[in-house]
Amino acid sequence: MSKKIVAYVTAITLLIISIWCGVAIGSVHIPLEVLWNKAADETAANILWKIRLPRVLLAGLVGASLAIAGAAFQGLLKNPLADPYTLGVSSGASVGAVMTIFFSISIPVVGHFTLPTFSMIGAILTMVAVMGFARIVDRSLKMETLILTGVIFSSFLGSLISLMIALSGEELRQVIGWLLGSVSMRGWPYVQMIIPFVIIGSIMLWTQRRELNVLLYGEERAKHLGVHVKRSKYIILVGGSMLTGAAVAVSGTIGFVGLVVPHMTRMVWGSDHRHLLPLSFLNGATLLIICDLIARTIIMPRELPIGVITAFIGAPVFSYIFYKQRRSKGVRA
Amino acid sequence: MIVVEHLSGGYEDVPIVQDISFSVEKGKILGILGPNGSGKSTLLKVISGILPATAGTILVDGKSSSSYNARALAKKMAVLPQLHANAFSNSVREAVSLGRYPHQTGFFSSWTDRDEQAVQHAMMQTGVKRYEQTPMEFLSGGEQQRVFVAQALAQTAEILLLDEPTNHLDIAHQRQILDMVRKEAIESGLTVIMVLHDMNLASLYCDELLLMEEGRMRALGAPHEVLIASQIEDVYQARVATYAHPEIPKPQITMMPASVEQQQRAVITKENFTVTDRYIKLQSEFPLKTVSSAVHNPGIGWYDCLLNRSVPIDYVINDVKREVAEFLLKEHFSSTSTVVMLTAVPTNLVAINEYKASFGSVLVAVTAGVGNAVDVSRTHERQDKPHIGTINTWVIVNGCLSEEAFFQAMMTATEAKTKALQSENIRDELSGTIATGTATDSLLIAATQKGEEMLYGGPITDVGKIIGKGVFETTVQAIKNYLHSADTPAK
Repeated sequence: MSKKIVAYVTAITLLIISIWCGVAIGSVHIPLEVLWNKAADETAANILWKIRLPRVLLAGLVGASLAIAGAAFQGLLKNPLADPYTLGVSSGASVGAVMTIFFSISIPVVGHFTLPTFSMIGAILTMVAVMGFARIVDRSLKMETLILTGVIFSSFLGSLISLMIALSGEELRQVIGWLLGSVSMRGWPYVQMIIPFVIIGSIMLWTQRRELNVLLYGEERAKHLGVHVKRSKYIILVGGSMLTGAAVAVSGTIGFVGLVVPHMTRMVWGSDHRHLLPLSFLNGATLLIICDLIARTIIMPRELPIGVITAFIGAPVFSYIFYKQRRSKGVRA
Repeated sequence: MIVVEHLSGGYEDVPIVQDISFSVEKGKILGILGPNGSGKSTLLKVISGILPATAGTILVDGKSSSSYNARALAKKMAVLPQLHANAFSNSVREAVSLGRYPHQTGFFSSWTDRDEQAVQHAMMQTGVKRYEQTPMEFLSGGEQQRVFVAQALAQTAEILLLDEPTNHLDIAHQRQILDMVRKEAIESGLTVIMVLHDMNLASLYCDELLLMEEGRMRALGAPHEVLIASQIEDVYQARVATYAHPEIPKPQITMMPASVEQQQRAVITKENFTVTDRYIKLQSEFPLKTVSSAVHNPGIGWYDCLLNRSVPIDYVINDVKREVAEFLLKEHFSSTSTVVMLTAVPTNLVAINEYKASFGSVLVAVTAGVGNAVDVSRTHERQDKPHIGTINTWVIVNGCLSEEAFFQAMMTATEAKTKALQSENIRDELSGTIATGTATDSLLIAATQKGEEMLYGGPITDVGKIIGKGVFETTVQAIKNYLHSADTPAK
C-alpha cells in the first residue's frame, strides 16, 4: 500500500515542480511571488497570467489527456503498441485542422476557434465512422477489428493530409507546424475549451478502471467475471477518443506521450488500472510541461515544435527504464 | 444446482451442440467427454453465455440463466476457460483478486473483509499463496493454471465450469487440481461441470459423465454406465479395453494400439528351458502373458523369464520377498520381468514335456515333492504351518488365450494335477485319504498370445484337452522321479 502512496506523492511532487519551472523559466525570469503579490512588476504579472500560466496548464492538460487515453487504449486493446492515435481519431482531427488552414476557412461566429472546432468535428466524425464500420464488419466489435479499422482510417485520412500538403503553397509552414504540435500562443480560451473534455473523458475512463483490469485477460474471461463487455468497451472508446480529439484539436498531433507515459508508469508502478490511470494522467502532464519548457528555451529565442522534444527526451528515458526493469527482472528470474 | 434442458447453440446460425439435457446437483461433479470437435467446449461456452443458445433452457438456481445480468450471473457461476495470454504483467495476488470483480459495485467501492477472505482462501486452496507477489509471467504453466483456478474460486460462485483444467499439467498437478475441485465440491457444495480429455481422470473424479458425439449426447450416467468399451470404441473410432481401478470402484480405459504383423515363428520350445542345480529357467525372447500364484511377480502380467528355484529345506520362509529380490539382483535377473517360484525339490527331478496341438503346442513343466501331500477336503482338521510349495506346475501355451481361457486353464490344470495324485495313490498322512495337492502348490499359465484367440480353456476345448493330458502325464512323471530318487526324499 505504501508503494502506491509513494507513487502518488512522487507524481504530484514532480508535477508541481514542473509547473513551477514552466512558469518561472523563460526569456524573462519571473519570480513566483508575482502570483500572490499584487504590488509586483506589472509586465511580469502580465507575462505570467496571460502567457506562461495558460501555456503550462494547456501543456499539462494535453499531456494528461493523451497519457490517460493511451493507458486505457493499451489496456483495452491488450496491445503495448497502442496509443491514443491508434484508432484514427487524431487523423480525423488533423484533417479538420489542416483543411481549415488549407482553405483558409474562418467561420464568423467562432472566429479564432474555427481551427479547433473543425478539428474537433473531424475527430468526432472519425470516431463515429471507425466504430460504425468496425460494427458492420463484426458485430461483437472485437479488438483486432477495431485496430485494423483504425489503421485503415488513419492511412486514408493521412493520404488526404499528404494531398493537402502537396498542394499547399504558403500555408505549408503553418500546416507542418500544426502537425508537429505546439501549445504556444493559445491562451486561456484554449484551456477553457479542453477542460470539459478532460474532465468528462477522464471520469469515463476512471469508471472503467476495474473493467480494464479484467479485460486484460480477454473479453471472454471478462464476460465470465461479470463485466458488461460491450458497454465497457464503448465507454472506454468514447472517453479515450474524446480526450484524444480534444488534445489534438488544441495542440496538434504531439507524439510519444500517449505511448510512452503509460508504459513508464506501468513498468515502475504496475499495471493495475485503478492506479495506472490517475498516475499516467499526472505523469503525462508533467512530461509535456517539461518538454514544452525545453522546446521554448533550448535555442532561445527560437522555439522548437514540442513533438520533436517529446520523442527526443522521451525515447532515452524510456530506454533507460526499460533496460533497468528488464535487468532487475532478469536477476529475479 | 444447474439444470440444462434441450439446449442447442453455437456460433452464429449454426448450432454446434444440439438437444443437450442434464442436471447437476449441488456438490456433484459432471464430466463432459467426447472426441475433438464433438462440441464439449462449445457446450461449456453456451452454458456460460459466451455463445448464444438457439433453443432450450439453462436453469441456475431455478431461474433461467438469461434472466441474470452479467454481474449477477458471475456471482452464481464461475468459469475457468482454456487460457490465456496476457499482454501486461500482473502479480499472482492481483490476478486472483480479479475474481472478486462481480462482488464490487459502485463508483468508489472498497475492498471488504469478505473480498480479502475469499482471495486468501482461494490462494490457500490452490497452493499459490507462497508466490502471492510474483509476476504471473515468472510462473510455470502449471502454476499459472492454479492461479486461474484460484481466480475462479475467489468468485465464490456456487457453480464452477472448467474447460480442461488439467491441460499441460503433469500427473502430480493434475491430481492436485482435481483433488482440490472435488474437495470444494464435497466441503462447500460447489457444483462442478468440467470438460476433460482424459477418460480415466473423468472416471476417477466425476460423479456423472456426459459423452458427446458430433454435438449431441451419446450417453449420460455414472462412469461405469458411460465408459463401456464398445461405446467408447464407437465414438472415438479407436480400440480400447476397460479394466478396474486397483483401489477405487471406477472403470478405467486403456488404448489398444493397432496390431502389427506378428512374428508367427516365435514359439517356446523345450530349447528355451535351462536346468541348473539351483533353478529351472525358461527364457523367452518376447514377453509371455502370465497368470500365476508365484512368489515373485504373481497375478497377471507380461514376463519373459520364469524361474523355479530350488531352495534348501531349512529355507526361512518369513522374509521370502526380500530374499528373492536380493537373489535376483545378485544373479543379474531383471526383477520386473522375472516370475519366481520356490521348491524344495532338487531341480534334476523336473519333468518337462511338449505336446503338439492344432493351434500350436503346449509345454508343461512340473516339480513334484509330495512328502507333504494333503487332502484339501480334510485340511481344516490340521494346525501345522505351510511348507514351501512342493508341486510347482508351469503350463506354457504357444497360442492366444482370452482372460476366461486363462482362468479355465488354471482350473483344468489343477484338476489334472489332482487326478495325477490320485492315479499315483498319494495320500494325506494324517487323514489317510487320497491327497489332492500339497499345502503350498503353485501354478503358472503363460501364453505367447500369438495366433487366433482361444476364448475358452475348459476340459473339452482344444487347449483344455492338451493341458489336461499334459499336466496329468507330466505330474505323474514328476511324482515318479521324486519317489524313485535314490536319496531321502526332500520335503
